[in-house]
Amino acid sequence: MSLVNFTSREITCKIVYYGPGRSGKTTNLHYVYGRVPETRRGRMVSLATQTDRTLFFDFLPIDLGQISGFSTRFQLYTVPGQVYYNATRRLVLQGADGVVFVGDSQARQLDENIESLQNLQSNLLEHGVDVRTMPLVMQYNKQDLPHELILTPPELDDALNFRAVPSFAADALHGRGVFETLKGISELVLKKLAAGSPA
Amino acid sequence: MTSTLNPRFTFDTFVVGAANRLAVTAGRTVAENPGSAYNPLFIYSGSGLGKTHVLMAIGHAAKALAPQLNIEYLTLDEYVEAFHAAIAAGQGDAFRRRFQNVDALLVDDVQFLTNRKEMQAELLRLTEALQQAGHQIVLASDRPPAEIADLDERLISRFSGGLVVDMGIPDYETRVAILRRKSEERGSTFQPGVLETVAKSEFPNVRELMGALNRIVAYQAVNDTPINAEAVRQLLGGSTEQGAGSRAPTGEAAKPAGGDEFSQFLSDVTVTVGKAVEAWRARVAEAVLRWEGEGYRTARLEKLLEQETPAAVDEAIAAYVQDVDRLKALEAEVAAFDPQAAGGKVFHDPDQMEDAEAAAARVREGAAPPPAPSAAFPLESYVVGPSNEVALSAARDVIAKPGKKYNPLVIVGKSGLGKTHLLNAIGLELAKKKGAIVACLSTQGFVDELIAAIDGNRVDWWRARYRRATALLLDDIQLLAGKERTQEELFNLFNQFLDADRQLIFTAPAHPNTLEGLEERIISRLEGGLVAEVSEPDKELRRHALERFLKTQHVPTDVALLDYLADRPIDSVRSLTGTVQRVVEAAAAQDVPLNAALARDVLEGSPSVRRTSGLRTSGIVVSSAGGVRSREKMVWDWPASSDRVIEDLR
Repeated sequence: MSLVNFTSREITCKIVYYGPGRSGKTTNLHYVYGRVPETRRGRMVSLATQTDRTLFFDFLPIDLGQISGFSTRFQLYTVPGQVYYNATRRLVLQGADGVVFVGDSQARQLDENIESLQNLQSNLLEHGVDVRTMPLVMQYNKQDLPHELILTPPELDDALNFRAVPSFAADALHGRGVFETLKGISELVLKKLAAGSPA
Repeated sequence: MTSTLNPRFTFDTFVVGAANRLAVTAGRTVAENPGSAYNPLFIYSGSGLGKTHVLMAIGHAAKALAPQLNIEYLTLDEYVEAFHAAIAAGQGDAFRRRFQNVDALLVDDVQFLTNRKEMQAELLRLTEALQQAGHQIVLASDRPPAEIADLDERLISRFSGGLVVDMGIPDYETRVAILRRKSEERGSTFQPGVLETVAKSEFPNVRELMGALNRIVAYQAVNDTPINAEAVRQLLGGSTEQGAGSRAPTGEAAKPAGGDEFSQFLSDVTVTVGKAVEAWRARVAEAVLRWEGEGYRTARLEKLLEQETPAAVDEAIAAYVQDVDRLKALEAEVAAFDPQAAGGKVFHDPDQMEDAEAAAARVREGAAPPPAPSAAFPLESYVVGPSNEVALSAARDVIAKPGKKYNPLVIVGKSGLGKTHLLNAIGLELAKKKGAIVACLSTQGFVDELIAAIDGNRVDWWRARYRRATALLLDDIQLLAGKERTQEELFNLFNQFLDADRQLIFTAPAHPNTLEGLEERIISRLEGGLVAEVSEPDKELRRHALERFLKTQHVPTDVALLDYLADRPIDSVRSLTGTVQRVVEAAAAQDVPLNAALARDVLEGSPSVRRTSGLRTSGIVVSSAGGVRSREKMVWDWPASSDRVIEDLR
């Protein structure tokens, strides 16, 4: 999928929320969904299990209207975090213009975060995409949890953000950092457009 | 009550930079298409960053493009004040009507809606009314809609429903540009590097930047030597630090507290996209959007977007706009001729200009004036006598004052009395008037045309053709009998012509109220003007007619001949002409002069007619007088008696 279609004057950004299971990817989308006016958003498709775990993926289309003469749309996806859904993750990653890595700030989840990050890298490679060329931002979610349970953003940066991409502390449940993250990834994606290398 | 637009605040005097480009582009678009582009347009920025300037520039630009537009600019406080004054005077409805009739309403400082529930309701009502009527509303505030405390949710959603754009702090380059322009405006010149030094101080808004410029202008004015960069640094030293220091809190203040995160996000993305999409692409895309919105095919512009690098983009857009303007002109012209033909796809595709021109030409040809009076019946050749002088006198009045005196004029009389001649003669005279379009045709022709129009689904076109005529002359109106649809159409035309004082003339074989098969409403209208009768030709008229006819045949006038022919019992000019024709042809055939004796011989029969040549002919002689109606087949040359005997023996 091309980020920008000059013929039809459309900009379509596919942004995938990636991360380990229960890190809060779907929560991010739900929060965004709740803040987007009805006229601007499509139906949020969410395939979840009885225990609210994402079974396949979430999909939230947002129509931003005409910007600079271009009909601008964002498509937000999440992937299922559980290890055994890798095929789905790979599928969802296809054609992504940008990735939000939603990390779980809990100290005990650090390994899962690292594992998921490595999984992201390998799945992108499967699509022939070098993670270094893919617009990526980190979101350290659940920062509202007691301090003794979580790592601070600098600690998480040290552990996960070896590419020094923009990172955002977040509490997706209450919305803190959600739109900042979305804005951060949007800027990276659209800057790529300016650089003349549409994804 | 309403502020006037400051003439200095135009787009031309506004320095555009990355931080305000979007707002200016949106403002220009709105000025070019009020009510159809972003409606409402909501501009917000910190104080002193040019909101009011852009708001007024929109007003100026819209007014320049369409001077008839009713544009009102006012601050919210002025609006509130006016509202209260109107309510106090019991003129609430008039107040509302006044603003609902505005084509573009520009409201400044709407952040003061805070805690004014009553005004919020009023503004909501007005916004809805203006949007419904397709009128533009532009609002300016120092914060986004969602951040205006205590603002009604419905207003927030209304304001956010159009386009919300912010204007940021100008960057260094823009600040230099602003300083240069303002210095020029004030006629001040500075040493190189002075303005750049001023621009390096990061002022939180343009107003403070102007304050700094004022200081150095004043400083230079009171000192003999021009100010230099170092002096500027010393002069503005305090504010430089202040500027840098005060920027962060200002930035914080401008940042939304999270109320309408989506609006903020949208606004941010808009700025990012604005930066990401190359300016030329944005111009092309915006042009596409605009013309597509107006229903024009934009394939040519869309092709430009496929280019990797811009190549004469502005010229291409200008050429496209020129073609669209031509299409609009063609469509308007066609609409005047044929409303059905206008609105066709061909007039909305600038890539098919030739087709559009051809289509317009076809319509133009098709819309050539309806059948005109025949030049064969000039008024000068109409023979006058006591039997038709009333009709002729009425005709002269009609020619002198078409539509004013006798409308309609109905000329009645038996066949062959010259009604058609008089009808066409009047038509020819009327057609001489400036701008006259005279439709003159037989009623049968009128009926046939309508049938063809119905068949071709072009009745609108057919009607438009006659509605443009300044006079309608129909011969033999009795032929409308039983033609219900044509009577219906004529009835409508009748009323339009009468209302517009345009002349109607008809001919009929008898008084309208004796005609069968005509609807009562048609008959009553025919009788509403003047019914002028043409009687059987009297002797004087017959004599005049004969003289004229013989003259056209180059026959020397012979008094005895004229007396003989004029005295013959005859009921119409047409039969008189036919009779004379016979005599003229006989004279030509026999190669003898035309005189009363010959006429008597021909018309009453005489054995004195003899063969003048020994040659036998076919026996059938066809008149050589081309163009004359009655061509009679006469056997003039009988076989000699000897030949007849041989014939009998066989």
